[in-house]
Amino acid sequence: MTALAVDTWWLTGRRLKALVTQPIFVIVMLIQPVIWLFLFGSLFRRVVELPGFGTASYLDYLVPGVVVMNALAVNMWAGIGTLEEIERGTLNRFLTMPVSRSAIMNANVVEQLVGTTFQSAVIVLLGGLAGATYPGGPAGVVLLMLAAVLLGTVFGALSNTIGMLVRQRESIIGINTFLLLPLTFLSTVFMARELMPGWMQGIAAFNPLDWAVQAGRSALSADPDWGLVASRTGWLLALAVLSVVLSTRTFRAYQKAV
Amino acid sequence: MTTTTEGPYAVEAHELVKTYPKGVRALTGLSLRVQPGEIFGLLGPNGAGKTTAVKILTTLAHPDSGTATVAGQDALRHPGRVRRLIGTVSQRSSADPVATGRDNLVLQGRLYGLRGAELRQRVTELLDRFDLTDAAGRRTRSYSGGMQRRLEVALGLVHRPQVLFLDEPTTGLDPEARAAMWDEIARLAGEEGLTILLTTHYLEEADRLADRLAIVDKGRVVAAGTPDQLKGELHGDAVHIELRTTLDETAAGTARSALGRLPGVREVTLDGLRLSARADDGAAVVPGALAELTAAGVSVATVTAARPSLDDVYLRYAGRRFAEADADSDSTTQTPTGGAR
Repeated sequence: MTALAVDTWWLTGRRLKALVTQPIFVIVMLIQPVIWLFLFGSLFRRVVELPGFGTASYLDYLVPGVVVMNALAVNMWAGIGTLEEIERGTLNRFLTMPVSRSAIMNANVVEQLVGTTFQSAVIVLLGGLAGATYPGGPAGVVLLMLAAVLLGTVFGALSNTIGMLVRQRESIIGINTFLLLPLTFLSTVFMARELMPGWMQGIAAFNPLDWAVQAGRSALSADPDWGLVASRTGWLLALAVLSVVLSTRTFRAYQKAV
Repeated sequence: MTTTTEGPYAVEAHELVKTYPKGVRALTGLSLRVQPGEIFGLLGPNGAGKTTAVKILTTLAHPDSGTATVAGQDALRHPGRVRRLIGTVSQRSSADPVATGRDNLVLQGRLYGLRGAELRQRVTELLDRFDLTDAAGRRTRSYSGGMQRRLEVALGLVHRPQVLFLDEPTTGLDPEARAAMWDEIARLAGEEGLTILLTTHYLEEADRLADRLAIVDKGRVVAAGTPDQLKGELHGDAVHIELRTTLDETAAGTARSALGRLPGVREVTLDGLRLSARADDGAAVVPGALAELTAAGVSVATVTAARPSLDDVYLRYAGRRFAEADADSDSTTQTPTGGAR
């Protein structure tokens, strides 16, 4: 267990150091959510005049959506990094070393956790500067981040699984391009549930992205629906555990097929 | 298999068999023994099974059957023990491209449990020794091919392993960097107790570096010994005759027997345009060979007579020319699961 913790620590450190030493990379990654925030925030500003949003400011409504969408959009590329490490031989080098196998997988998850938390905090902060208010307070922000991290874990682990299985970046690019917009628009990221067509509401009910938005948005509101927050967070947690188990299984299969 | 002394061996593989999914038979019963402190070369064309053998010996892959012992430990039953005792250097640059050379070495050392002053000292020592001190603070992405390869070797040595595995250590390097790497490897072997097992598909590299070598073809060892032993077993010079046109079966038979009639000539083989034979005195055979072939209506482009080379050894044991086997495998063998070379 201690070996696992120690190896996880060093391997995660390697990944975070790569982020810290390339701040430009972090900034570029943040440009996209910032654009969403201000572009959609301005474009749809008056949409809250319709009933169903539960807030007078569209920015208030949008910030949790962008946080969650960002968590999805960033982490779904994790598989490319894994693929590069396989192609480069880095993964195989670690496997010939007395390194805990679980630590190699943990490093992915912890890096994703730290990265998503940091980016979510920046988005919440920028939203606040632009005039968004968070009646749910710090506790609400933390719960929103938790939902974002769990969603990121789900898609990071799935992306890694695909990377290890198909070994083709084109496949990951294809799947991500196919998934990102439908997952985003078949959810309440931009639009209130009551204003969506019935069939869309039906699909959104099964969309993990929507679970995360619902949990985060409710936690940030003046009057959180704790039952909703707990259930959606719980579903996300279950899905995250499943995804990590799946990626760990795939990693074991990879080790056998080297 | 020729051995000069009896165990304990630094590396011992016995009858390794490995079949990849889709029926790719990578190893068909590979056995080898490496003495402590020697440089042992696994020579063979691409796809012969060298890399698979190294993957098994370095605990990456598991064979279908057979046994493998590395540094006195059972690599199949106790891979964890073996991992502490070996260093591996892969074909490509496996270093983190966005981390500096020093950071790569420090992480490697930490993962082997080195800490503090001991770690710093070891890293400094390796940077210095592989001439990377000036570049230590640069990201490895900016390193030249030779520098990346030197860093790779340094990574494999951080924890002072007993056995170092080098997979194609000079593939893709320019001639200058290759020569420098050869010097480096030869120097490493001089170090106390370090055994080196390297794979190569360069005959020259095996000839120059390996104390002993095994020729691998189609997943098994077809010959093993020192380069001189292997060449010595050929008895006599090699005569190579390059033909102008490929021969049909009858003409091939005629050409072979024409050459075989000459005194002191044996082991006549025809491989595409290349007619080869062994002769006690190669130069003396040339005029007669030309006359016989001309008489048989075979038109000759070039004739050479030479002392035996490892290429000849390969031809003798694998039944085909090295370059040809290499080209063959490049065009026809699909490596399993994408990046598994």
